[in-house]
Amino acid sequence: MKKILAPVSIPSEGAVGRTGFWRTFKPIIDKKKCIRCLLCWLCCPEGAIIRTENDDVIVNYEYCKGCGICANECPKNAIEMVLEE
Amino acid sequence: MERVAVLTGNYAVAYAVKLCRPQVIAAYPITPQTSIVEKIAEFVEKGELKAKYVRVESEHSAMAAAIGASAIGARVFTATSSQGLLYMYEAVWSAAGARLPIVMAVVTRAIFPPWSIWTDHSDLLAQRDTGWIIAMAEDNQEVFDMIIQAYRIAEDERVLLPVMVGLDAFSLSHTAAPVSMLSQDEVDEFLPPRKAFSFLLEVKNPITMGNVAFPDHYMEFRYSIQRAMERAKEVIREVEEEFYEISGRRYGGLVEEYRCSDADVILVLMGAWAGDAKECVDALRERGLNVGVLRIRFVRPFPREEVRRALLGKRAVIVVDRDISFGGAGVLFTEVSSALQQSNITVRGYIAGLGGRDVTARDFSVMVERVYADLESGNKESRIEWYGVKEVV
Amino acid sequence: MPITVKSLPREEYLLPGNASCPGCPAALGLRLLGKALGKSVILVVPASCTSIIQGPYPKTSVKFPLINVIFASSAATASGIAAALEILGKKGVHVVCWSGDGGTVDIGLQALSGAAERGDNILYICYDNEAYMNTGIQRSGSTPYGAWTTTTVLGKKRHKKNLPMIMTAHNIPYVATASIGYPLDFIEKVRKAVKYKGLKYIHLLAPCPVGWRFPPSKTIEVGRLAVLTGIWPLYEIEKGKFRLTGVSRVLLDKSKRRPVIEYIRVQGRFSHLSEEDVRVLEEYVDKLWEDIKKMLP
Repeated sequence: MKKILAPVSIPSEGAVGRTGFWRTFKPIIDKKKCIRCLLCWLCCPEGAIIRTENDDVIVNYEYCKGCGICANECPKNAIEMVLEE
Repeated sequence: MERVAVLTGNYAVAYAVKLCRPQVIAAYPITPQTSIVEKIAEFVEKGELKAKYVRVESEHSAMAAAIGASAIGARVFTATSSQGLLYMYEAVWSAAGARLPIVMAVVTRAIFPPWSIWTDHSDLLAQRDTGWIIAMAEDNQEVFDMIIQAYRIAEDERVLLPVMVGLDAFSLSHTAAPVSMLSQDEVDEFLPPRKAFSFLLEVKNPITMGNVAFPDHYMEFRYSIQRAMERAKEVIREVEEEFYEISGRRYGGLVEEYRCSDADVILVLMGAWAGDAKECVDALRERGLNVGVLRIRFVRPFPREEVRRALLGKRAVIVVDRDISFGGAGVLFTEVSSALQQSNITVRGYIAGLGGRDVTARDFSVMVERVYADLESGNKESRIEWYGVKEVV
Repeated sequence: MPITVKSLPREEYLLPGNASCPGCPAALGLRLLGKALGKSVILVVPASCTSIIQGPYPKTSVKFPLINVIFASSAATASGIAAALEILGKKGVHVVCWSGDGGTVDIGLQALSGAAERGDNILYICYDNEAYMNTGIQRSGSTPYGAWTTTTVLGKKRHKKNLPMIMTAHNIPYVATASIGYPLDFIEKVRKAVKYKGLKYIHLLAPCPVGWRFPPSKTIEVGRLAVLTGIWPLYEIEKGKFRLTGVSRVLLDKSKRRPVIEYIRVQGRFSHLSEEDVRVLEEYVDKLWEDIKKMLP
């Protein structure tokens, strides 16, 4: 069968590459202050906060764009935006 | 068992569509297409056709809805004319680019301003760049046959392009003539259900249709449409042969030749008035003039090989356009001239019949006689002329 | 039972590494749509920011089956999709239009109105960033009074078109407003809407850091302020019955509404507003709530 070239794309992470390179500031989560409310996970526009099996949150630095919403929304101020090296 | 009904061109479309079992129809009324969509609405409401009829609020939405339904895998139909066809122009491109096998009937009608509901071919020919396969019928029987073949051609995996079938306003759309119909069983065998392809929209295989393509990718999509157009020529011929097996009718593929082989001057045109041109040819032959008619059935893909085969070696070609590309020439004139490159045949173009102005067999004779007179006096110039214009501005 | 964050599924339908600006409310909205409905969605996306957010061929960031469509046509395309799904017997799939304010309030309004009048089975979500953001911040019919855009450089002189009320006049089963400032309220409304057959309309306020001129970390905060100042009331109209939702329920009392200036001063697009302009906006909010009062039982 001939290959039909219709303009169709396949879902993929990193469709525009490693958007982590866009960052100026990066979020650092202080696990001691974190109460695992998952608001940062909910509010990240990128889906760059990973919710683990037991509801811990880990930043996916490959894609995090450093917008700072997570830090702004965290009810415990457990996230600090730190200047990227 | 043959069943002959006396049908207007519009009803020939409607009955042919019904036999093709479309699943979604999305259409907006416009004179002179209205009786197509009214008849189909009646079929659906009476339960004679199991389909969803989306009564859209504009032609742009009609083609958009057709695209949506076709992208899910449904067999789809729509119809329009003139202003409606122009209004959906953006969507027409979209359907071809998305490789969706939509079939549309176009009742060809002149373009505003001023308002004209009568026939010319400008609306249909304005679509020639869009990637749609474009065909035009000469009579109601051919309208019926073309619609059914259109689905086969469109849905063929070598093609996967939408097809529009043109029929002249009023002279075909609203004029009744005998049409030999096929049975539902015959059409079901000829036209199986539409095959699914991997680029359609379904939950279990999520894909995105039509997102951004950078310059290093876009051109290949366009090239692939062109390649499909080229393959379509063979598919059109094959489908006609298969159709001949069940109906006993064939027209000649991409073109129809009428008394061309021994002619020295050939009229080239498309549409209902080809019938008048054939009458003219018969009359002129009585007087010893060897004239023929080459009727263009498919404008896209343009039948370059057939045109060259039929016309090379002739004394003159008279292309009669029921359209004008302002600032240029008639569309068929330009296409035929281009196909005849590197030959030195005289190609005379006439622009005639715009806005439904009547052109009779007598008028065609006048055009032919003028060309003969020019040739006799040594004038072999290829040019266009407007026929029957009353004022010079 | 209100939805909890923890109850939301982990599955992502907007994948990271997409082309959205940092802090983009449309991206977040699309992610939340995935949390609300899961995989049984066919998404219709007209020309808008989301067209770009997907990223370029051959990849896409969206895990729903998605069709990009010409600007004015999202509701009409969705109508065709819904019709095809019905005739083909494919049940349980939600047809969702995900359209910007331009493609809804302006160029897309005709198709939307037609689909609503026909009662086509579609969930239409307008994510409203209050301008033509994708083409670089030009005004739309949804741009509010006073806002700077590249085509209203001295501030827009006319108020925002009230699409939710226009949609309500179509007598459709469900109309709601939502804000990115209240993600769970949005998710709840999406899930509620799809229980109905017919055209459902949700208007999601989507504060855009780039176009509204505020730091990207404040997107959700600005979305909250819009509601807390009363300039963006949260409500739903279910089978004709009007109901305020979330914090808006207590804001009929003006004293409970934060001063409009709190919303205005965090946005650079309002930085040139005169006192007179601020008064106009305050009056706008007052009138909005007077009209709401008339709709309450």
